[in-house]
Amino acid sequence: MTDITNQSLNEIIENVKTKKVSSTELTKAYIKNIESAKKLNVFVTTTFDQALDKAKQFDKKPNFDQLLPGIPLAVKDLFCTENTKTTAGSNILNNFIPSYESTVTKNLWDNGSFLLGKLNCDEFAMGSSNETSHYGNVINPVGDQLVPGGSSGGSSSALAADLTPATIGTDTGGSIRQPASFTGTVGLKPTYGLCSRWGIVAFASSLDQAGPMTKTIKDCAIMLESMSGFDEKDSTSINKKKEQYSKNLKDNIKGLKIGIPKEYRVDNMPKEIDELWEKGKKILKNLGAQLIDISLPHTKYALPTYYIVAPAEASSNLARYDGVRYGYRSKQGKDLIEMYEKTRSEGFGDEVKRRILIGTYVLSSGYYDAYYLKAQKVRQLIKKDFDDSFKKIDAILTPSTPSSAFKIGEKTNDPVSMYLNDIFTVPVNLAGLPALSLPAGVDKQSYPLGLQLIGKALDEQKILNIGYAFEKNCGFKNEIKKWWS
Amino acid sequence: MSLDKEKIKHVAKLARISVDDAKVESLTKDLNSIFKFIEQLNELNTDKVEPLTSILNQSLRSRKDEISDGKIREKILKNSPKENEEFFVVPKVVE
Repeated sequence: MTDITNQSLNEIIENVKTKKVSSTELTKAYIKNIESAKKLNVFVTTTFDQALDKAKQFDKKPNFDQLLPGIPLAVKDLFCTENTKTTAGSNILNNFIPSYESTVTKNLWDNGSFLLGKLNCDEFAMGSSNETSHYGNVINPVGDQLVPGGSSGGSSSALAADLTPATIGTDTGGSIRQPASFTGTVGLKPTYGLCSRWGIVAFASSLDQAGPMTKTIKDCAIMLESMSGFDEKDSTSINKKKEQYSKNLKDNIKGLKIGIPKEYRVDNMPKEIDELWEKGKKILKNLGAQLIDISLPHTKYALPTYYIVAPAEASSNLARYDGVRYGYRSKQGKDLIEMYEKTRSEGFGDEVKRRILIGTYVLSSGYYDAYYLKAQKVRQLIKKDFDDSFKKIDAILTPSTPSSAFKIGEKTNDPVSMYLNDIFTVPVNLAGLPALSLPAGVDKQSYPLGLQLIGKALDEQKILNIGYAFEKNCGFKNEIKKWWS
Repeated sequence: MSLDKEKIKHVAKLARISVDDAKVESLTKDLNSIFKFIEQLNELNTDKVEPLTSILNQSLRSRKDEISDGKIREKILKNSPKENEEFFVVPKVVE
């Protein structure tokens, strides 16, 4: 049969259900791909033996009524997996083996899938290029000098290189959508509270949200359905009925009102991004949607707000890494305080330290009002911009990123230029809204580019439907040559 | 405002991260450029704006204060860099 690993998750599930392929054959095919893709540096840990055991168990007693029957999945190394090392891309967790399973991964396994391995990511999900990982850069399968985006860069690369049929990432300021855009794949950041944060290594708790990364919209709906749901263990989890996103997927978007925010046309934006946006508008218009010009006046303040709120929360969340109860401990330090200071200095990388210092400073006595309180107020204004707009529209269309994938090392010396990558994705996290990045075209170097659909809170079905209709009419095909194997 | 080296050393102390003198220079430069970016917020008048403290239109749930697990000392100590089977071990604190 043809190479099963370049099919969509939905096609693979159909093939498993109709017994054209067994779970064991499927798992072996992915293991083979992974073993020949070491150059991409995508995996921190692989769990092949365990995966093959699970596949054999499935084949012996298959249950085809599950959402993910016998499907092997690799996940971002930010999700705690019971008895499998979880590093968060950091040296400080280089030996951490959780004794519990994150709710989101448990939901995936309960739907019939099993773990194939843990995917590289920026350290504590702080980065936009996967260059802050302690375990080295991930390479984008699109080109051997290109970053895969970040922080879920291992996830996006693994997916685009056919090393997993689908995957999950986390998105605090764009960490699912930006890497999806850089690799020509689909990425969804759900509404804050839709997927449980329990068992995910915390970065910024009021912004963090797990979501699917897939090859198609249908796959995205299947994954979201599998991973989401109320969880008592997350105090911000939303208690609502489970949706059947994949079953309810519709491609009729006639009459829907799509907002086009003028503030997303930024200075020095490459012409290609603008052209892509125009192409997207045209497709939606031809499908019967109505385009409406809107204004989100505080958009330019979203990134500065984010760089107060996220580091502040991170400095508090990362205070737990002290070398006492788990993780790395420095051998230096003559007393307890010095042991803490050396452990954290040797355990954290430069970007993480920078953010902890920013966060500590903005929360410190005398500066709290000027920075943190100010940011919370501006966050209110950003949220209000969206609330006002959504009174008259169904969804918002914007570019996902201001550029295509850039070269490794290109932005590492200038933190602010790196941060600017997330200019279109960050506002959504601050407002807690769902947003989808869709592959929509390529630039003149043939690097993929994405468009973003932003929805109202808990309106995932609608943006998935728009994405579904868009996908059928966009004509984008991700053509990646397997140069690495 | 600008951050000087002394201020950065002080913040690093608060954050319990030791910083080499050699690194303070580049850290000062990076943090100042980040703060310059952040301080764009000062263009906005927010005197009459309520700070956003929760993104959800619901208050945090509380649960009954009941023990839901226990007797997992081994599990908890399993990942510790140093322990003596019953306790986490740290450098001597009291003389």
